[in-house]
Amino acid sequence: MENRTQIAAGIELPGPGRIIARNKTVSWNKPVRPEHVIEIDNLGKGFDNDPVLKNLSLKLYNGENLVVLGKSGSGKSVLIKCIIRLLLPDQGTIKVFGQNVNELTGKGLAEMREKIGFLFQSGALYDSMTVKENLEFPLKRIKKNLSRKEIDEKVAEALDNVGLGETLYKMPSELSGGMRKRVSLARTIVVDPMIMLYDEPTTGLDPVTSDEISSLINDVQDKYKTSSIIITHDIECARATADRIIMVKDGEVYKEGSIEEFVNSTDAFIRSFFK
Amino acid sequence: MKNNNPALKRFVKLPDVKKRVIKLSEKTIEKTQIATLFFSEIGEFFLFLFHTIKETFSRSFEFKEFLRQCYQIGNRTLPLISVTGLVIGLVLTIQSRPVLADFGAVSLLPGMVAVSIIREMGPVITALICAGRIGSGMGAELGSMKVTEQIDAMEVSSTNPMRFLVVTRVLAATLMIPILVLYADALGIMGSWAGANIKGDVPFVLFFSQAFSAVGFTDFLPAVVKTFFFGAAIGIIGCYKGYTAGRGTESVGKAATSAVVLSSLFVIIIDLIAVQITDVLY
Repeated sequence: MENRTQIAAGIELPGPGRIIARNKTVSWNKPVRPEHVIEIDNLGKGFDNDPVLKNLSLKLYNGENLVVLGKSGSGKSVLIKCIIRLLLPDQGTIKVFGQNVNELTGKGLAEMREKIGFLFQSGALYDSMTVKENLEFPLKRIKKNLSRKEIDEKVAEALDNVGLGETLYKMPSELSGGMRKRVSLARTIVVDPMIMLYDEPTTGLDPVTSDEISSLINDVQDKYKTSSIIITHDIECARATADRIIMVKDGEVYKEGSIEEFVNSTDAFIRSFFK
Repeated sequence: MKNNNPALKRFVKLPDVKKRVIKLSEKTIEKTQIATLFFSEIGEFFLFLFHTIKETFSRSFEFKEFLRQCYQIGNRTLPLISVTGLVIGLVLTIQSRPVLADFGAVSLLPGMVAVSIIREMGPVITALICAGRIGSGMGAELGSMKVTEQIDAMEVSSTNPMRFLVVTRVLAATLMIPILVLYADALGIMGSWAGANIKGDVPFVLFFSQAFSAVGFTDFLPAVVKTFFFGAAIGIIGCYKGYTAGRGTESVGKAATSAVVLSSLFVIIIDLIAVQITDVLY
């Protein structure tokens, strides 16, 4: 029997009919099951003998938006920093596209990082560079064979996608908090990442700007076919973006489910978030 | 192992002795912690130095950023060094002239001032100004980049922050400070000529020919060589303090302050070592 299916993001699937392509209709000879792009098993990380993450396990499936909810200090940001290897875990394994991140070094680590976009909580725009230079910085380093014209086109496209085409020559200090977040998002998507990691994307923003950022996250998922982990404690952002939610408490997965399951939960800890 | 000596047991039971033993052990722990912190800081610094040297000789060099840093260092310090250089020469001449006049040796003034400026005053004062201006700038800039996660952002963009931020700054400081010192020396001698003309009329050519006839190769070369070490020390300390700053905004200020203090101290220590080494040459 032959199934025809749409491969959302470019990952290699097992068995006959293997393909690495985006938005391609391909032939497949067995039922399609969701493939995970990130697999975390028994992750543990502590600082100064104080454990932050304890035996945390999760999977990020292809094309989904996974929201990780939890109180401040519950280890959510540590989790995504371990995924991109900004922090080295004390125990457990993290596999990105089947590769153990902890074992990667040098070129292998750089190649893995090229597939992942990371939106920092503070935006982390380079103060000494204009918006254009901020976007060109990763682009020139990751996609080294692009011409000047192609770079300019990609920068303009990424900025248009976040609705800030006119800020090209502005310095980060001239932008508002929401604009900085959007430029930061543009800098992340300009290199066409396959996975997006958002570290509290709506923190410190007013409700209207938060909604704009949430809809941008969905737009990025639709347009770039990314799989995303969104770290937040903003319930409105979780409602707007989540395909699946994981709640973290004391460094462990407390509950996993859909937004409806969380909204209808009678658990006191979960209710404290979804009041 | 348990001690069964009854005399010792009685001695330890005395309240005063017990208090003293507790106080002594607390002090010992405190001193050990300070010593551990001190040695771990030294270890971290040498590890940072090793990584910087390793990255300096890596294949891909950030030339554009290196040029930008050279411009920044020159641009930041040039006005300050111009004024300081000129004033050193001027003051040195005004202060020395009466003493030399007492001995009837005013004609030695240009040579004396030139030797003082080229050997010691120019390099050390310029380096100390650069330690304040560049060292604090590097400490604060890298510290704030650390606090605002810009260094992490660079790392996830497949860019080695050590290569991009540290190597370029250290090399730029190593190259630019000797150039700035030469510039300050030239202005110092100009200032001296201006000083000599306050109470007299010394022709420009005569003054300079007397000044340069007193300066030998052994005065000039060691003074220039040590400025490369001054530059490297200022660069590496400024970058180290900024790069290893803590996570809070308070740590940015601390990084800048300690960068200035440490790099100034290192300039003086390097100068002391250089004087001991070059003493053999004179």
